[in-house]
Amino acid sequence: MTKYISSTINHFILSIGLLIMVVPIWIIFASSTHSSLFINTNGLQFFLGDNFIDNYSRVLFKQSGFFNEITALKMFFNSFVMATGIATLSVITSLMAAYGLVYFKVKYATFIFWLIFITLLVPLELRIMPSYIVMSKLNLVNTFAGLILPISASAIATFFFRQFYKSIPDELLEAAKLDGTNSFRFFIDFLIPLSKTMIAAVFIFMFVFGYNQYLWPLIMTTSEQYWTVVMGLKTMYGSISDRFAFVIMSMIPPVIIIIFLQKLFIQGIFQNK
Amino acid sequence: MSFLELQNITKIYPNGTKAVNETSLNIENGEFVVFVGPSGCGKSTLLRMIAGLEDITNGEISLDGNIINKIDPSERDVAMVFQNYALYPHMSVFNNMAYGLKNRGISKEEINNKVNDVAKLLEIDQLLTRKPSMLSGGQRQRVAMGRAIVRNPKIFLFDEPLSNLDAKLRNQMRLEIKRLQRQMGVTSIFVTHDQTEAMTLGDRIVVINNGVVEQVGTPKEIYSKPNTKFVAEFIGSPQMNLFNCKIENGIAHIADMKINLNNSTNIDDATLGIRPDDILISDNGKHSCVANLVEYLGSDMIIYSKIGDQEFSCKLSSKINLNAGDTFKFEISGTSVHLFDNTTGSRV
Repeated sequence: MTKYISSTINHFILSIGLLIMVVPIWIIFASSTHSSLFINTNGLQFFLGDNFIDNYSRVLFKQSGFFNEITALKMFFNSFVMATGIATLSVITSLMAAYGLVYFKVKYATFIFWLIFITLLVPLELRIMPSYIVMSKLNLVNTFAGLILPISASAIATFFFRQFYKSIPDELLEAAKLDGTNSFRFFIDFLIPLSKTMIAAVFIFMFVFGYNQYLWPLIMTTSEQYWTVVMGLKTMYGSISDRFAFVIMSMIPPVIIIIFLQKLFIQGIFQNK
Repeated sequence: MSFLELQNITKIYPNGTKAVNETSLNIENGEFVVFVGPSGCGKSTLLRMIAGLEDITNGEISLDGNIINKIDPSERDVAMVFQNYALYPHMSVFNNMAYGLKNRGISKEEINNKVNDVAKLLEIDQLLTRKPSMLSGGQRQRVAMGRAIVRNPKIFLFDEPLSNLDAKLRNQMRLEIKRLQRQMGVTSIFVTHDQTEAMTLGDRIVVINNGVVEQVGTPKEIYSKPNTKFVAEFIGSPQMNLFNCKIENGIAHIADMKINLNNSTNIDDATLGIRPDDILISDNGKHSCVANLVEYLGSDMIIYSKIGDQEFSCKLSSKINLNAGDTFKFEISGTSVHLFDNTTGSRV
């Protein structure tokens, strides 16, 4: 009986949490399916309207920006490329950095690691001028490479991989050595498959991090062709339902990534070896 | 020239600890050698140096005529079974066994045949598709051995491979390892701290203490003629009784007991060792003692008693009726004792 009551209470609390998170999104979604005129006269809506296809297709394909040079679709593409690039490169660089720090007899490996770790104290906003100067000298302004490279090494991801590698027993490396593996093959055949779940978790974190970038793309791009979704959100001056539709669509790419990698992601976060 | 030769091998760790000291050893082809000693005595370090997993500070190791000091472990053609098996957790049993072969560039078909043959030999052919996490301890042990066997190496190295198994399984695997080694005739080195394993498995036993080889010999030699006090104490269960005594003209004085050694030795500070089963209990015995404690082991029993202030034990058939507190008479033959000089610690 007490079990039943406590389970009811638990579910009640969880339901409240769920509502707090879901209801605002639902209201935006429901409102985005009405015409702007209807919302302006009747306020936010809780039920679906019949302008869904109209609103969404208009937002996706309408030329916008200051010079009307970009569509929302192009912004999604840009953001997706940038976020995927940042996530992929971060995973690769941090995997390799951690591998080097843990498995090679590097002098002062711990010191080097802490040096990398300290960069967490220097966020992009602090080093934005030097980063911009470097990128512009490399002629990378208004390129995807310019958007991606300066934020494609992650100290926190290196930290995760390093801790994980340290928990792998030495015997595994020794057995593999006796089986004739070399450093490169050990990395490919052992460390990458073993850290699969960790890779998924880091990939998602870095994807969302990259997707949410605002200041860096704002500074790095002068051509509207390279605008990202987050920049677009700010310049959506259209009707209220268009803006709502854009907001809803802007959430979709991270959600898709999470849905696809969810199983691995959760294992990665709660990994206890 | 022997198959495997260790010459004056020394290992000093960077922190200054001397793990192995000036060890020389020859091992013949096909031999099963057991390194035994208490934990921290350097036996695993010695094994790991043969495998190439540990640098050699001084000395030379040669295998099959080639000096292998500087050769990478992957090219030494040795296989090792680790204490915790070290199976590759993300690979199936088949791939665990096949990995070493793949790295040697052997054709897929040959790998298939070899792995299947070895799996049948070890009765793990039903498990080939499973991951290590889905196997029991005994099965993991078999896979670890399979991984070593399938490569057909020059030497098998076993680093306490049975210590994670329960007692029954351990006995079973011990017999199996012995059988497989006989069958394949591959030179093997087995490291253990368990003297029963050492006695039952080895063609020859190497007793190691504090990084120094105390004695090398067949199990029988080691048991019947221990070279040093340490070996005497370490090998044999229950432990050999060691009495501090003074020897005058071939007669050992232990408290008020006298044992005639039938020679003319004179040592002021000696240790007299007697195996618990060499103490003969009989009503005609010259000496008598009170049994302080009787341990019943089924077919045998062990009696704990004291001569003067020195404790000793004797092992006898449990058919004899003797209880704690009883007085018993016994006899010690001067020919069945082991005599050690305390100043050198070695056999007299």
